[in-house]
Amino acid sequence: MHKVYIYKRFERFWHWVQASLIMFLALTGFEVHGAFKIFGFEKAAEFHRNASWMLIGLIIFAIFWHLTTGEWRQYIPTTKQLKEQVIYYIFGIFKGEHHPTERTGLSKLNPLQRIVYLGFKLVLVPITIISGILYLLYKTFDQNNLIVIEDYPLASIAFWHTLGAILLMIFLVVHVYMTTTGKTPTSNIKAMITGYEELDDDQQEVTIENEINQHK
Amino acid sequence: MLITLPCIDITLYLHLFLKRANAHKECEKYMRSLFRTLLFVIFVTIIALVMVNVFHQEDNYNLKLESLRHKYALKDIPSVNHSKLTALQRDFKTPQEVTEACLSCHTETHKEVMASSHWNWERASYVEGRGISSAGKKNVMNNFCLGTNSNQQSCAKCHIGYGMSSSHFDFNNARNVDCMVCHDNSEEYLKGASMAGYPDRTVNLENVAQSVGTPRKSNCGSCHSFGGGGNNVKHGDLEVALNSCSREVDVHMAANGMNLECVACHTAKNHNIIGKLYSVSSDNTNRATCEQCHTSTPHLSDVINRHGSRVSCQACHIPVYAKVNSTKMSWNWSDAGKLKDGKPYEEEDSLGNHNYMSIKGSFVWARNVRPDYIWFNGTADHYILGDTIKSVPVQMNTLNGSYSDRHSKIIPVKIHVGDQIYDKVYHRLVQPKLYGETEGDSAYWKDFKWDEAVAAGMKESGLLYSGQYGFVKTEMYWPINHMVSPKEQSVGCAECHTRNNGRLAKLNGFYLPGRAIRISMNIARNKFEKQIINYDEDKPTE
Repeated sequence: MHKVYIYKRFERFWHWVQASLIMFLALTGFEVHGAFKIFGFEKAAEFHRNASWMLIGLIIFAIFWHLTTGEWRQYIPTTKQLKEQVIYYIFGIFKGEHHPTERTGLSKLNPLQRIVYLGFKLVLVPITIISGILYLLYKTFDQNNLIVIEDYPLASIAFWHTLGAILLMIFLVVHVYMTTTGKTPTSNIKAMITGYEELDDDQQEVTIENEINQHK
Repeated sequence: MLITLPCIDITLYLHLFLKRANAHKECEKYMRSLFRTLLFVIFVTIIALVMVNVFHQEDNYNLKLESLRHKYALKDIPSVNHSKLTALQRDFKTPQEVTEACLSCHTETHKEVMASSHWNWERASYVEGRGISSAGKKNVMNNFCLGTNSNQQSCAKCHIGYGMSSSHFDFNNARNVDCMVCHDNSEEYLKGASMAGYPDRTVNLENVAQSVGTPRKSNCGSCHSFGGGGNNVKHGDLEVALNSCSREVDVHMAANGMNLECVACHTAKNHNIIGKLYSVSSDNTNRATCEQCHTSTPHLSDVINRHGSRVSCQACHIPVYAKVNSTKMSWNWSDAGKLKDGKPYEEEDSLGNHNYMSIKGSFVWARNVRPDYIWFNGTADHYILGDTIKSVPVQMNTLNGSYSDRHSKIIPVKIHVGDQIYDKVYHRLVQPKLYGETEGDSAYWKDFKWDEAVAAGMKESGLLYSGQYGFVKTEMYWPINHMVSPKEQSVGCAECHTRNNGRLAKLNGFYLPGRAIRISMNIARNKFEKQIINYDEDKPTE
């Protein structure tokens, strides 16, 4: 038994704040959409706007962190062992097999995660945020009292934003399910809180072998 | 958020320190869970504090509103005391003599007045599909007392002139301009009933002439509150109660508020008063707007200001109209003419409003009415006497606008419905002669014979009448602009942004955040909303 430091401090901070903001935005957003009533439309809309600015700020920091630390390389997609990973999640996991890939600080995402998270960062979040910014600025006045973003109908902006929100919720459900597929149901969540993942010594060897294989 | 970082730091250092101290494993485990709990509590607390700070908002001081209050708190002091003028210190035999006296000093003013629609009862404007046309009380029909033609003797009570007893009135005679009806500040002046615009015989013209000044609410209200034959019958948002009301009724005119006169907003350059109502007006010019004082960004909240691009101020700030006295919501002329023992009669409802009159038919009144909402771009068309009926219910006035028209805004309206007499052969509304001095003059209000009344009215209007009449359903749209409520009572967000049955439930075909989406269904429904005319459904002639 030994521990590997996988998730850095900023990474964990970013992950949890982003998670709570997204969940809060979902709560207020779906209320604005009319799905249920908690805060009342007016408060929900106001909370949603404020939280969205916080999320945009956080994402700017996260982008800066990814670029400066080189962590963005973690998301370079690969097809190596992608099939094995998919098969594992469909069949192997229910037979008690070992993960086909193991995470390390150098490569903490399995091939499937790489593709899914890259999609999350390059497609899902941009769709939601860009449509969200258009929504935020819809009918704003500029200095000349002219209206910004007027010809683009609110219905389309709202459509993309709601689509993004629904996909994000699907992501959330799948994501939370996946966290329970670690060694114990909570081990992955613990790792995201403390940053350390406990690994068996023999698994460590497997991991190192994998690393070596990957670098061959 | 930034505070959480050092917190995590400290806990981590302590964590490492404990490890180095090589403490007992049990103890370490316990401490670790303790720290974890502490970390969680601190994190949650900080998040809560940040949330409170972000979402708490003090009520800000709206400087724009305050400077407006200052501006309008100063009331004009008249520069002339008319009672001191010798020209007015005499016994006036006729009201025309008063006008002559006015013109002896205000030598050119009659030209301004005689160029106004108050005098001409019509105004030229460009109307889509009609071209340049003149519309006004002369030729526009309504679904209250129907129209002025052949009834001038009675209708001219609200004409700023003397002696308009028929359509042959001389609009070029300056002596007949009635200065007093607008400028009397003694509240003594009163136009006589069915006297073609002449003052009541009890009026002391000398008193009135000596107490003239800028128009007050009571001057404008003497006509505009009583349109349709009684207080608040037509508008719903203009009535005598506004002469002295509370802020809850109207923030601008309130006696315990700014106590503004009508002319504070409806300013008049050369007697051309700005502001008009689309019951008779057509084009989008010379309007009195909220923005002329309040600007297009009156709120401190940017989001609410932005609503102004598609939502009128009135839509949110006039949650209900007819706040004091009832207004007429429907008028069925087809019920008119019932007699008791050969004599006309009247019935009243519990509030003292007529719900039946033999001469006019049956009515429905309502008080504290929630407005209907429509898209409106500032242009309108009217049913002009002689037009062919295109759809049922007949649109007495059409307020143009739609969601797809970017100049349209949502405005509150009163929709007055009813039925009225029309020509079954020529498919057009007809103008009956209602008012008559004596029986046998073919006037409906004396003889109760539609055939003769319509024949006489149409003859006077210069139009053909086939002799076959029926009753057809009509609708008239009255934009609601007055009775602005205090801001605390304005329409809340969730009254429109709600799943179902919001205030805008009847406005479809566009996305409204928070509302159930039924776009495709509603587009299909809108197509068939304006039904094709089906004359068989009309009430048969009685």
